[in-house]
Amino acid sequence: MKNNDISELEIPLLLETVYKKYGYDFRQYSEAHIRRRIMNRMAMAGLVDVSKMQSKLLNDETFASILLQDLSITVTEMFRDPGFYKSLRENVIPILKTYPFIKIWHAGCATGEEAYSMAILMQEEGLYERTTIYATDFNQQALNKAKEGIFSNQTIKEYTTNYQLSGGKESFSSYYTSNYDSVIMNQSLKKNIVWANHNLVTDSVFAEVHLILCRNVLIYFDKNLQNKVQRLFYNSLINGGILCLGSKESLRFTDLYDEYSDVDNKQRIFKKKY
Amino acid sequence: MNYEAIVIGVSSGGMNAMKILFSSLPMNFSIPIIIVQHISPRSDNQWIKLLNDKSNLHIKEADEKEKIEPGNIYISPPNYHLMIEKDKTFSLTIDERVNYARPSIDVLFESATEAYKNNLIGVVLTGSNNDGTKGIKRIQERGGLTIIQNPETAESSYMPASAIAAIKPDYILSLEDITELLIKIDKQKK
Repeated sequence: MKNNDISELEIPLLLETVYKKYGYDFRQYSEAHIRRRIMNRMAMAGLVDVSKMQSKLLNDETFASILLQDLSITVTEMFRDPGFYKSLRENVIPILKTYPFIKIWHAGCATGEEAYSMAILMQEEGLYERTTIYATDFNQQALNKAKEGIFSNQTIKEYTTNYQLSGGKESFSSYYTSNYDSVIMNQSLKKNIVWANHNLVTDSVFAEVHLILCRNVLIYFDKNLQNKVQRLFYNSLINGGILCLGSKESLRFTDLYDEYSDVDNKQRIFKKKY
Repeated sequence: MNYEAIVIGVSSGGMNAMKILFSSLPMNFSIPIIIVQHISPRSDNQWIKLLNDKSNLHIKEADEKEKIEPGNIYISPPNYHLMIEKDKTFSLTIDERVNYARPSIDVLFESATEAYKNNLIGVVLTGSNNDGTKGIKRIQERGGLTIIQNPETAESSYMPASAIAAIKPDYILSLEDITELLIKIDKQKK
């Protein structure tokens, strides 16, 4: 058996160890994706095979936390898919305006880029004062970074273009303060964001909300896990609540397909039926 | 060899290259083709429709969890990495750019070798960065067939030249000859 084929057996074992010892469950993640991250860390740590990594994982807590970080980190952008935010303004804001208070759950918020985008949008629509955004992730380091709200100058250029294309109403630079090579987001945007640790795989419903945004998180999961998390979302939404998925994610393969109607199918915005 | 899939990496100059390649593949061409084309993250991939009109085969954007079927040509969606799982379905991720690119050719090629082992054909075409070099090397290491466009015939020679500098591929050919070779391989399979 070649080295490559052995690792096929060893990766599931490694994920079992991660789960049993550290409580993080990656066993139902997309395999190609997990494999890529494990192989990258193996190369960086100078480990020759997965079994060496297995023993390091058991005996070296510092290494374990690095690996957990590798497996759980996700990247995102502000106003990623400007067309989505445009549709949110046109098709969803009028619905939200009818509520006296608005609860939004941003599930899998990573380093917070999209939560800040949402806060900006709600501010511009005059709704932020009665909005609470629960921004959750299971990666505490990512959450800490999100809370700080500091982003590199380099990425802000890209975000500015996204913002403009999304129908932004102000100058994007009015939402942050520049400081050498980074920017810090305005305090007023953070005011109604509640950052919290929540694991979509192992934790349950924690609030009843009007809108859930979970974009480009489910693509990392296998079908069973996608279904399970969709159930969690369904149980967290009020009747008539809005579910927003990533541009390549759909309800098509889930049990809940018939429980939602389209608000904007192209932008993957759905409404829970009454 | 029983080749089960063809993966192609292409960057600048890709539109013309793909037009040449796909307009001459016959309707009964059966090996599925999966392509990473470097493209603006905000592209709406309307060009796939245009390409589809010129081809005998069905060309479409790869969908998340979609099963790979014979006779189809799949193209990576903009701003996502495209990967192949062992059960021959697609996975998408928004992981960081690799070689400044998302989608990255290396990411597709490396996952494809895990899924198809040596029953894989890797093709590197025109382009102006070195994405695909690591991936094609990996395909060769796992026993797959490697084809690189002759840099002299490429609209942008950098990418195929970079791949040739890293490995001794099975074939270095013009686009027309690559098409002919693929048709021959597909016929032998039947």
